[in-house]
Amino acid sequence: MVIDNIGKIRALLKANGRLSIDVATLANDSDLYQAGLTSLATVGLMLSLEDGFDVEFPDSMLSRKTFGSIDSIADAIEELQE
Amino acid sequence: MCDHLTDITESYNLYRNQLLDAKLLIGSGVQGVYGLSGKFEDIIESFEQYVTRVGKELSPEVIRFPPIFNRKTYLATDHIETMPDLMGSVHSFDGDDKAHLNLLRKKHDGDDWTTELTPSEVMMVPAACYPLYPTAANTILPDNGRLVDLRTFVFRHEPSPDPARMQIFRQREFVRLGTPKQALEHRNYWLDKGKEMLESVGLDIISEVANDPFFGRGGRVMSATQQEQELKFELVTAIASDEKLTAVSSSNCHLDHFGSEFNIKTNDGNFAHTSCIGFGLERITLALLKKHGFEITKWPSSVKGILNL
Repeated sequence: MVIDNIGKIRALLKANGRLSIDVATLANDSDLYQAGLTSLATVGLMLSLEDGFDVEFPDSMLSRKTFGSIDSIADAIEELQE
Repeated sequence: MCDHLTDITESYNLYRNQLLDAKLLIGSGVQGVYGLSGKFEDIIESFEQYVTRVGKELSPEVIRFPPIFNRKTYLATDHIETMPDLMGSVHSFDGDDKAHLNLLRKKHDGDDWTTELTPSEVMMVPAACYPLYPTAANTILPDNGRLVDLRTFVFRHEPSPDPARMQIFRQREFVRLGTPKQALEHRNYWLDKGKEMLESVGLDIISEVANDPFFGRGGRVMSATQQEQELKFELVTAIASDEKLTAVSSSNCHLDHFGSEFNIKTNDGNFAHTSCIGFGLERITLALLKKHGFEITKWPSSVKGILNL
C-alpha cells in the first residue's frame, strides 16, 4: 500500500511540483525544497494529493515539514488513510 | 471566543466613531475608505519627513509610482495565486452607443451594469514595491545592489470596521535588491531602525514573526512556510484594540522570488534577492492619535520635537 502510494506521490510531484530537477533522480528522503519546491508549488502539490488520494490535510499538517520529502508526504497520506 | 470577537469589534467601532466624530476621518459609506483631515495629513507628512531624514543617510534612489500599474506586471508577481481576494482590477467602458444604452438601462433598472465593462490595462498596486521590479528586469545589479525609496497608495480589498484596516493607504518603503546577504542585512537593519524610530515617537512596539494573509487552505501552507523561514516580521502596537495589536510596519525577505521572475541578477550570475521595509503611514498616524490623544498641542514635547509638529 505504502509502496503504491510512493509511486503515485512521485507522479503527482512530477506533474505539480515544478521542481528544478527530475523527480526520478530524487531519493524518497531527498529534501524537496532543495530540489526547488516553492511554497506556491507546495499548494498545487497539496491540492493534487488531496484529489489523488481522496483525503484532506488537517490544519495541523499544513506545514513545511509535511511536504519536505516523498517519505514525509507518504507518512502523512498513510496517517490520513488509516 | 464569540465574546472576545465582539469585544474587538466594539473596540474598532469605538475608536472609528471617535475619529469620525473628531472629523479626523471622513466617512465614505464604505468600510475602510475615508477622507483624512488636515490634522491627520499633517501627522502623516511629519512622520514621512522623519522617515525621509533617516533614510537619506543611506542615499537611496527615490522613485514614486502611481497607485495603478501594468496588468502584465501584476500577473508576473504571483499575487493572483496567493492573495486573489485582496486584488483590485480596474475596469472601464469600452463599448459603442448601443452598449452604452445597455449599460444605462442596467444602471436604471438596478441590474448589474458592471457586466458591460471590460478590464483595463491596469490593476491597483497591492504593495509599493511591485511596480519597481519590472523596471529592473533583465539587468545585472551593481556590486552594492540597489536601494530604492518608494511611496504610493496601495489597495487591498478587505472591508473592515477596524479604522486601521483601510482599503487604500500609503506605504513608504525602502527596497533592497542585491545578494542574499545584502537583502538580509537590509531587512535586519530596518527592523531595528524602524522599531527605534517608532519608539522614539512614544509608541510601544513589539517585533514579531508574521505571515502574509495568503488565500485559502493552500495559503495555510504558505503562511506556515513563511513563518518557519522567518521571512516576514511586523512591528506591532495597540491601535483600536489593546488585545489584538496592529502592524504599523512590516519587513519582508522575498528571497529570489522577484529576482527570478523578472530576471534581475547580481554580477555573480545568480538571481538577485530582494527585501523591503514598509511603513504604514495611516496606521502610524492612528497609533499616534490613540497613544497621545487627538490634540497635537498636548502631545509630549519630545514627540512633537522629533516630528517637527
